[in-house]
Amino acid sequence: MSRRLSLAPALFAPVAALALGGCGINSVPTAEENAKARWADVQNEYQRRADLVPNLVATVKGYAKQESTVLVGVTEARAKATSIQVSANDLKDPSKLQQFGAAQGQLSAALGRLLSVTENYPDLKSNTNFLALQSQLEGTENRITIARRDYNASVQQYNTLIRTFPNSIGAKVFYGAKPMQTFEATAPNAQSAPTVNF
Amino acid sequence: MMAARTRHGWTMWRQALLALLLLILLPAAAQAAPSFPQFTGLVTDAANVIPADQKAALEAKLKALQQQTGRQLVVATIPDLQGYDIADYGYQLGRSWGVGLKGADNGAILIVAPNEHKVRVEVGYGLEPVLTDAFSSVVIQQAIVPRFKAGDMVGGISAGVDALAQQLSLPDDQAKAKLAEAVKQFDQSHHARNRGSHIPFGAIIWIVIVGVVVVSHIGRRASRGRYYGGGGGSNWPIWLWAASEMMDNNHRGGGSWGGGGSSGGDSGGGGWTGGGFSGGGGGSFGGGGASGSW
Repeated sequence: MSRRLSLAPALFAPVAALALGGCGINSVPTAEENAKARWADVQNEYQRRADLVPNLVATVKGYAKQESTVLVGVTEARAKATSIQVSANDLKDPSKLQQFGAAQGQLSAALGRLLSVTENYPDLKSNTNFLALQSQLEGTENRITIARRDYNASVQQYNTLIRTFPNSIGAKVFYGAKPMQTFEATAPNAQSAPTVNF
Repeated sequence: MMAARTRHGWTMWRQALLALLLLILLPAAAQAAPSFPQFTGLVTDAANVIPADQKAALEAKLKALQQQTGRQLVVATIPDLQGYDIADYGYQLGRSWGVGLKGADNGAILIVAPNEHKVRVEVGYGLEPVLTDAFSSVVIQQAIVPRFKAGDMVGGISAGVDALAQQLSLPDDQAKAKLAEAVKQFDQSHHARNRGSHIPFGAIIWIVIVGVVVVSHIGRRASRGRYYGGGGGSNWPIWLWAASEMMDNNHRGGGSWGGGGSSGGDSGGGGWTGGGFSGGGGGSFGGGGASGSW
């Protein structure tokens, strides 16, 4: 009996180490940093799209000056979209992400209008500069989709990690971890009723 | 009777373990949505549209490119996109195969889906400044699609490969330093894996710790009363240190064997820029490139 007791600390030590390692001391911050990095990717890709817009607008203007309302709409939507940034620390705040998504959604809609207008200008459509910009825009939209998907996957991983045993213990005790928000694709006006200001 | 019962108990245990294993593995399997053909060579002709002699010529070209530049260009013909958009399918294919090197992400794939009449140049993160979307789009529109339209599959693929390979062969000083580092890492990890000498440091540390603890306790029991009064609580700092060391080690270990995406082929051939097909190097993709259809 006494022999078993004296060996107990010896067994306790590795168990304690395992428990510390297993309860999320390292894995929780690792997952959190990963999700933040993926968010940075998302913002980079949106920035990349915003950087394409002035060039695109200038090119279209050369051929279709009369479409000024569409062109102004794109420029304004771009200005609004670039003014909203979500820092990595705001990823647990759903309203911030929604604002960001709504602004970017408006830019998407404005760009869609611009591209549909260009259908009426055959000269523009065969302009090499425009074709290059169009392919870059397509590629960027594609990258945005993927970056968003990667971000959501990393958030899901983090959220699962901090809510499941045994990591939930470490997450709660050491970090007070809160779930992060995923970032959904928003078609403009799909998620929120339009607000009307008189 | 007794033996039969223990054997029965053993199989039950095994079944339980198997079920547990399945439970752990299942979510990972469920997430990988499309299924991909096996990555069998630099020209992976899963749709069977390239005759053998032409395939060999293309492979030689791609091999030379990889030897000279360290960049990996792969041709893949896909019989069925399984309902995915080719851009959506493409980046997941690239990640699954691990085309290009981990860290440098310098892989690109020319994907042809003959049945869906879709073609795409999928570009890894690291090559996006070289094979820009605009350039990829021009290659597709001017070199590939006209030939595909005329029914010349091999001619289109070959013209596309030539254009892409030429662009990839241009000197790019910035990328070079990064590439050298990634090649070194790939070759190292590949060498270690080939020799099968991956030393599990974590396990060794554990064995040493447990061994020391047990021995010291036995020794202490034998000499109890002479030296110590028997209090065992003073070892705490050591345990904490050992624990943190352990976790550090686990953490660092992760990188070294997460290396290869799918290095299934013959991995004997002299490293990344040596001859021979060495599979993918774990490169990643983020949607660069362009698509086209005919």
